[in-house]
Amino acid sequence: MSGTFVGMPAFPEAAREAVADRTLRGNLRHATHTIRAKREKAVAEVSDWAELREAGRRIKDHTLRHLDRYLVQLEESVTAAGGTVHWAADAAEANRIVARLVAETGESEVVKVKSMATQEIGLNEALEAEGVRAYETDLAELIVQLGKDRPSHILVPAIHRNRGEIRDVFRREMGAWGRPAPEGLTDTPAELAEAARLHLREKFLRARVGISGANFMIAETGTLVVVESEGNGRMCLTLPETLISVVGIEKILPTWRDLEVFLQTLPRSSTAERMNPYTSMWTGTTDEDGPRAFHLVLLDNGRTDTLADEVGRQALRCIRCSACLNVCPVYERAGGHAYGSVYPGPIGAILSPQLRGTASGIDASLPYASSLCGACYEVCPVAIDIPEVLVRLRERVVEGGPVVRDGNRVVLRPAKGHAAERAAMRAARWAFARPGALRAGQRLASRTRRLHPRTLPGPGRAWSATRDLPAVPAEPFRDWWRRTRGGEEAE
Amino acid sequence: MSTRERILGRVRRALADVAPDDTPYERAVERAYAREHGRLDAVAAAGLLAGNLADYRARVHRCAEDGLPAVVGRLLAGRGARTVLVPDGLDPAWLADSDARRVPDLAASTPAELDRVDSVVTGCAVAIAETGTIVLDGGPGQGRRRITLVPDHHVCVVRVPDQVVTSVPLALERLDPTRPSTWISGPSATSDIELDRVEGVHGPRTLDVVLVGRPPGGGPR
Repeated sequence: MSGTFVGMPAFPEAAREAVADRTLRGNLRHATHTIRAKREKAVAEVSDWAELREAGRRIKDHTLRHLDRYLVQLEESVTAAGGTVHWAADAAEANRIVARLVAETGESEVVKVKSMATQEIGLNEALEAEGVRAYETDLAELIVQLGKDRPSHILVPAIHRNRGEIRDVFRREMGAWGRPAPEGLTDTPAELAEAARLHLREKFLRARVGISGANFMIAETGTLVVVESEGNGRMCLTLPETLISVVGIEKILPTWRDLEVFLQTLPRSSTAERMNPYTSMWTGTTDEDGPRAFHLVLLDNGRTDTLADEVGRQALRCIRCSACLNVCPVYERAGGHAYGSVYPGPIGAILSPQLRGTASGIDASLPYASSLCGACYEVCPVAIDIPEVLVRLRERVVEGGPVVRDGNRVVLRPAKGHAAERAAMRAARWAFARPGALRAGQRLASRTRRLHPRTLPGPGRAWSATRDLPAVPAEPFRDWWRRTRGGEEAE
Repeated sequence: MSTRERILGRVRRALADVAPDDTPYERAVERAYAREHGRLDAVAAAGLLAGNLADYRARVHRCAEDGLPAVVGRLLAGRGARTVLVPDGLDPAWLADSDARRVPDLAASTPAELDRVDSVVTGCAVAIAETGTIVLDGGPGQGRRRITLVPDHHVCVVRVPDQVVTSVPLALERLDPTRPSTWISGPSATSDIELDRVEGVHGPRTLDVVLVGRPPGGGPR
């Protein structure tokens, strides 16, 4: 992945700073609670939600297990429909391809539809280095771009900003990028949306090159699908002469019919709507309607490495709805920036360490950015068992072992800093395999319980600083059971 | 080795642990979900469509075939529209009661020219009752994708009951994937400020949907 977030502190340090920010916590609490209640209502409207979710899971799993076949089929379909397909193994290659395609048009500015893939590869910065200015046109992306900020949510990258902060950013920055904010702009959402409309319209009308991602790609037909709300997507997809779409290879669906599942589950999971305001579907190019040139850049960038892990590969089912962020108690308090990636929240905690590997401090700490409560799994419309993958990644960090990086099989060494944990687990394994020793130990613990400290000494201190040590009962369970037959006999 | 070969090779190696499976796709995925959520007759489907469109702030109007020109005329006049975009194949009778100047949908028009047009009138390919969605696919009377995007006012005529389906699966069955399509559920909106929905960003801020083919009472003809 890109270097956008290089130098990020590990999650605990970043989160500590974030939870101390009262404005941030208020903004996040307000937004996540608003959307949570609405999502529940939107999902409850559909009587067959469980079946749709299961079908979504199976379609995605089937596609991933035959991904090579579907990629080749997609390439053929897109090419037959008048598009050009490019393949990019990593962020740098994708950026080079896009920069070259833009250079070939002779343009020095592009308009962009909100896209996670292009954020992931740091496309805007790469284009900037080539002298091309990329204008973000999604409202939240615009707020982030104008505020020289970082995205903190998959769907609403500016979720950490409240309306007053957004107004201030618009007033201060719009002038430097184009049409300034209207005089006397207030913080009502309708006025802020109007300011964005006026600011961006001139850019849409003169744009010659549009850059997008895609929510889905249909292998059978070569159709791409972009789901959005504001109409900025439609502007970028239909007004320019050249359209470049950068899409992760896992976004394929085998058939046109498969959309019937995801066009029901995605809007309800994401913005809690029966249907999002606008969805665009296009297949290659169409004579005299929309762009004359269409380029599809298929992006790997760690996805095939992720696919190689039999537990972790389920993360590739993700359709980027962000429902898991909105229900996560850790995300609600720590915010998106602490995750050090364009993919924050529970899905980010399993995606980033797989796409990027666990070599950096932030990536090694992400699998721990969870209480494993399972709310994310509950709401996931493609049933990704996020807690299962988190535990898998924790094991990988602590124990090391074989993984695939950049297509090569390598063996990770156990991470430093987990020596006490490993020793404790070894001791537990030894004791649980020896009933006599376990019994003797439990009795000793019960009899000495008045002497136990409230916090752990040595390397355990950090652990018990934020947790209560479990109280040891006066009598071990086995002894109690033997004495009372499970309470049937009077104690 | 090309990047294409490298990526395909990585995919195949990544899946080395997976047992081969040649089940045809039609049988590989179980689809236990509903084709539609309850069978609705034509009147109920139109009612649900109207309700869901209105819920997302589209303005819904219902009229019989012979009342359509008056409704369209009134909607354009109500906006003070002096110009109206007219796609190829639109029934000229629909605009018979409007004196707005007709602007044809031309490939040569620039976006800036479209931006100066007040309103656009189109038909649609299909409408989905359960989600309050109208779908345009560039067929007769629907025009290029951009003409229903740049002007600030869109009047869309839906033929009831022929063009109304209950559900998303039934709508996809009717559409041709090779045609570019636009699915519209209410006017342009955003949830980007505090995750609360606000209508009106880049697309038309006013969406009028006219359900035509039934008397205003809503009963069967």
